[in-house]
Amino acid sequence: MAITFQPSSYSGLVDQDNGMVSREIFVNSDIYAEEQERIFTRAWLFVGHESQVSKPGDFFVSSMGEESVILCRDRQGEIHVFLNSCMHRGMKVCRYDEGNTPIFTCPYHGWSFATDGALVGVPFYKDAYHEELDKSQWGLIRVPRMTNYKGGIWATWDPNAPDFLEYIGGFRTYLDILFDGWDGSEGGTEIIGGIEKWMVPSNWKFPAENFIGDRYHNISHRSVDLVGIGPSGQGRRDNSDREGAKSLDVSFPERGHGTVMFLRPEDAQPVASYQNDPIVAEYFYQCEIARKERQGELWRILAGPGTIFPNMSFLPRQPRSIAVWHPRGPDQTEVWRWFLVDSSAPPEVKEFLRQYYIRYSGPAGLTEQDDMENWNYAHAASRGAMARRHHYNYQMGMGYAVTDFEDGGLKLEGTVLDTTKARAGEQNQRGFYNRWREFMAARDWDELATWRKNGSGC
Amino acid sequence: MVVANDRLAMLLLKQDVEAFLYHEANLLDDRRYEEWLDLLTDDVRYWVPMRRNVKFGELEREFTREGQDINWFDEGKTTLTQRVRQILTGVHWAEEPLSRLSHLVTNVEITEATPSAADAEEVSLRCRFIIYRNRVATETDILVGRREDRLRRVDGGWRISQRQVFLDQNVLLAKNLTFFF
Repeated sequence: MAITFQPSSYSGLVDQDNGMVSREIFVNSDIYAEEQERIFTRAWLFVGHESQVSKPGDFFVSSMGEESVILCRDRQGEIHVFLNSCMHRGMKVCRYDEGNTPIFTCPYHGWSFATDGALVGVPFYKDAYHEELDKSQWGLIRVPRMTNYKGGIWATWDPNAPDFLEYIGGFRTYLDILFDGWDGSEGGTEIIGGIEKWMVPSNWKFPAENFIGDRYHNISHRSVDLVGIGPSGQGRRDNSDREGAKSLDVSFPERGHGTVMFLRPEDAQPVASYQNDPIVAEYFYQCEIARKERQGELWRILAGPGTIFPNMSFLPRQPRSIAVWHPRGPDQTEVWRWFLVDSSAPPEVKEFLRQYYIRYSGPAGLTEQDDMENWNYAHAASRGAMARRHHYNYQMGMGYAVTDFEDGGLKLEGTVLDTTKARAGEQNQRGFYNRWREFMAARDWDELATWRKNGSGC
Repeated sequence: MVVANDRLAMLLLKQDVEAFLYHEANLLDDRRYEEWLDLLTDDVRYWVPMRRNVKFGELEREFTREGQDINWFDEGKTTLTQRVRQILTGVHWAEEPLSRLSHLVTNVEITEATPSAADAEEVSLRCRFIIYRNRVATETDILVGRREDRLRRVDGGWRISQRQVFLDQNVLLAKNLTFFF
């Protein structure tokens, strides 16, 4: 297609007023190329977890958008994120997935970089460069902004991006549930060894919008629910604690993040879960009691799947995991999935969760297999000349959300759609594509930080 | 003559084991999943690790660890049975319509036979596999790797008590693993 999209075109592609989104933004290669510039070099992206680089010299090769990056801890113990490309001729400096090293030596011409990114070795430095090369200027390209939030390492290529916490805004409540211990202790989680990586033939936005709040796709998982792989033997997750809860879809459209959740009644008490194993059941029961004590009314929030714009999604509860949808062309996504457990959980609990995570998630997971089939063929059937002329429908629940949600004294930030009776809605997806449109059209972060102008702070 | 008998016993055992492996592959390719489950011992261990790029000299870290790390598969008969039941629901969209599969099993080597090849009760073997999968219209996956199996003689026939699958891929190029190796 020889269409060149101007920033003004994007409002037509994402039609907020009518709840429609053009298929072009999923299948068009020009738009895809623009996304790499406008979204993936400007947004905060999830890179990895602190526990993956716990010792000096530890490294984990990750990805930011299409590009390979090195997450590593230097000899002083500081964490860095570098572009994985030699400054001399671009060779991928590190082609290992993870490990420990004192130095990264480029296999092409032998430039060597310390774990803090400094260029420390240049072959023929004296004879060929006449000692005139300023090594201090040719270290590995470092992300200008990086943060370690409760163990999660995030980075952005845009030096003018807001601080991570401002980027996250009120969504922090839900991110905390992911990274805190189950008992509510701050940042008490770690990664289980082994990061799942696999290719899905679909645009990266399909999984991102699926995780942001697609309660409507329950039919996809009919087969696994019939089989029953959940931690109490039924369905695919425990749902007993949703008794009497409200279903709420929470969106932060000015930021693009969103999640689904269940709000337990005010008088709710911890209930039994993980009943396939008495030790595990008791662990979680005690954690729930401790969290209720620690968090008070916030304990009522039972967090569900969510997405942090643009491409980090997570399940904070069952199975507790993080997915990043790395773009690999308009028609391909490389999925990476990390699994989290409480660092202090007893071995029986970690082992129980490990087994549950494996049978639920990823390409071999009884639940996730069916998702990939949908994203694959939804994408494939949207590429044709005729298909592209028709927008996707995102009208579910339009006009029914509130911005001042309150229940029994608990006020929730964000735009909240009560889907208890409706059972599904698409406001979170609309919020995601609203933000997508803004990212594609905005010149810089002065324009993108819309909340500052609206005076809603962070 | 003892040597000759031993070699003959090994030859016969290998032929027997190969016939079993081909029969097993046919059951999978013919979608006779419940009959396939019957070929697994109740205490079967089925493990498919993920595979990392690691430095020379650190190859012990190449594979994710059974019983400790996240693996593609690391399970026993209960979960394997759940996988079969899922396919048989008829609404497992990742396998509906069913994929077309061919398991090619080759390079079979018996690495251990106990107590002996002549009257083996347990056999360890190594082989290579190619799994060709084609589904819907043009979707095609080819998965290649090494398999290490342990067979046990039960009621006069072979049963699989252990299967370890070492895939020759880092990033899995297939969107899912809805089939058995």
